[in-house]
Amino acid sequence: MPPDSIIPAGRVRFGQNGGAESEIVVQVRDVTKFFGLLKVLDGVSLDVRQGQMVAIVGRSGSGKSTLLRCMNGLESIQGGEIVICGHEVSGGRSNRALLRRDVGMVFQSYNLFPHLTAERNITLALTLVKKHSKHEALRIAAEVLALVGLSDKSAAYPEQLSGGQQQRVAIARSLALSPKVMLFDEVTSALDPELTVEVLKVMEDLADRGMTMVLVTHEMAFARRVADQVVFMHKGKAWEAGPTARLFGSPTTIEFAQFIGTGL
Amino acid sequence: MRYTFDFSFLAERWPAFLEGAWLTIRLTVVAIVLGFIVGTVCAVLRVYGPVWVRRLVGAYVEAIRNTPLLVQIFIVYFGIASLGLKLSAELSAIIALVINVGAYTTEIMRAGIESIGKTQLEAADCLGLTRVQTILHIVLLPAMERVYPALSSQFVLLMLASSVTSQISAEELTAAAGVIQSDTYRSFEVYLIVAVVYLALSFLYRLGFWLIGSWLFVRRRKLGTAL
Amino acid sequence: MTQFTSVHVFYLLQAARWTILLSLIAIAGGSVLGLALALARVSKLRVLRALAVVYIQIVQGTPLLILLFLSYFGLSLVGLRLDPLVAAGISLTFYVGAFLGEIWRGCIEAVPRTQWEASDCLGLNRFQQYAYVILPQAVRIATPPTVGFMVQVVKNTSLASIIGFVELTRAGQIVNNSTFQPFLVFLLVAAIYFAICYPLSVTSRALERKMNAAR
Repeated sequence: MPPDSIIPAGRVRFGQNGGAESEIVVQVRDVTKFFGLLKVLDGVSLDVRQGQMVAIVGRSGSGKSTLLRCMNGLESIQGGEIVICGHEVSGGRSNRALLRRDVGMVFQSYNLFPHLTAERNITLALTLVKKHSKHEALRIAAEVLALVGLSDKSAAYPEQLSGGQQQRVAIARSLALSPKVMLFDEVTSALDPELTVEVLKVMEDLADRGMTMVLVTHEMAFARRVADQVVFMHKGKAWEAGPTARLFGSPTTIEFAQFIGTGL
Repeated sequence: MRYTFDFSFLAERWPAFLEGAWLTIRLTVVAIVLGFIVGTVCAVLRVYGPVWVRRLVGAYVEAIRNTPLLVQIFIVYFGIASLGLKLSAELSAIIALVINVGAYTTEIMRAGIESIGKTQLEAADCLGLTRVQTILHIVLLPAMERVYPALSSQFVLLMLASSVTSQISAEELTAAAGVIQSDTYRSFEVYLIVAVVYLALSFLYRLGFWLIGSWLFVRRRKLGTAL
Repeated sequence: MTQFTSVHVFYLLQAARWTILLSLIAIAGGSVLGLALALARVSKLRVLRALAVVYIQIVQGTPLLILLFLSYFGLSLVGLRLDPLVAAGISLTFYVGAFLGEIWRGCIEAVPRTQWEASDCLGLNRFQQYAYVILPQAVRIATPPTVGFMVQVVKNTSLASIIGFVELTRAGQIVNNSTFQPFLVFLLVAAIYFAICYPLSVTSRALERKMNAAR
């Protein structure tokens, strides 16, 4: 029997703003979504506190990517509500602009702009959206590129970079806008194992610095080690959810036990 | 049947050919620039606009592509004159050429725009870029790079097709040739020279577009690869 | 100035028949030349290839109107009467031939390499390869763009009006000169061209879609 919501009583990494009582930045309440007649999300609820990393896992088709995309307003919801950083997701365009400033997203296929260099990929939104001066934008770009370990690649075009490097640039690009929450949609699924490591390292580093992160991932070992909370999606529901250690240590549902047993 | 070719008129008439060529260049460059703008705007409307706008642009494109340029020129020139407006032949020619090349450009740019994947648009959206910013910075330049060969071919074709504007007495190369041949009675030779001049212009235009492409598409110039 | 009546409409429609006739002549002549050029372009003889390329480059780099004038005035050099239909037919044949040659060459080259290899391994000589394996497939690939090009041919016949051939555009000018209703007359002329060309455009696109689906 799946629990209705997550009680965030687990450990919080480096407890920014206090331990279990830090502010809730993402609230998902009873969200329902249909693709045509197919119900892909069935009354999902979830809370994410500031500074936490929440890993959403599950088999393909369980609705995990859809849930993430709904959080960012990329997909519409038919029932329930989502509130991120005080913005209600489902509103009109002006609301979306504010939402975009606070929420960053990194995609499985990196989605870098191929006609721009790594540096320009990062400075584009800085100058156009945040209205930084060119000088300021370049400074920030250098900073985030250093953070992801790619300072020497600022003038490279995406096609000159490996998959792992491209993904790190994508993370840097999102990070440069100083989001309050970052969403990661299976960001290592398209990468070779060797390249996956470098990206996971960057993500762990971000978590250590206190970034609030929600990730959809297949990297179970990573989730187990780094995430504060895990949500196991099954048939469109948050089938099992809670602090990482407790969930992996003693799964309460057969489905989750089978899932982690198969090591998917 | 012996015919003696006589190119002697060239000795003193050659400046007229060059001037005609220059007039053609002036006429067609203006038409190309304006036509490109019209075509790009229409292509954006065709891909991103509301349904009725898309249909309207679609109708415009089909109407132009399925009717001859000469008839379009007559409609513009004689039609506007019949409304009482006195437009110069050059202006009428430019209007007709812009409407014509605008339609072809719309189709070409549309293909380019549609080749930019949805994921690119999504990424731009997630970064907070507005629709307009996305189109300007993320869509248009890569789209143009993809269809650039088709685009430049179309513009060269326009330059060649501009010869037809001589029929409404627009000042360009073919009209200049008409004057020379009626003076010298050496029609065949005159038009042979004109053909050579147009060939030279074709080459010149293709070179020009290649240079512009190298300048615009920085990434391509540096890496040598296709998008 | 006369009133625009149905008589004028019929006159235009009758002239449209000449447009269609000229188009068919251009297509027929151009096809023969185009096929020869396409085969020359892919021939093993470098001379043939070079000649074909030069010819195509020259024709594609020259305005059709100039070619028309050259044919028209060229006829008198050869001693023939100045006949607009003949001149138009000849120049359009040369013009259409060059473009069809390019299109068809592309289609021949679009037939996968492996087809050549397979037929070669079966022992067919070059002529047999072309006749039984390559050309039939090339024809399938060539159908959509060729049908699409027919639209260009029909539109190009309008230039024949300039050397005096009375086809649809010339008829339009004649009617306009007596009725002085340019919008009405030329829009009607445009509509008739549209009626001929649009079905061809649609067919070409439909064929293209069917072909892409089949791949």
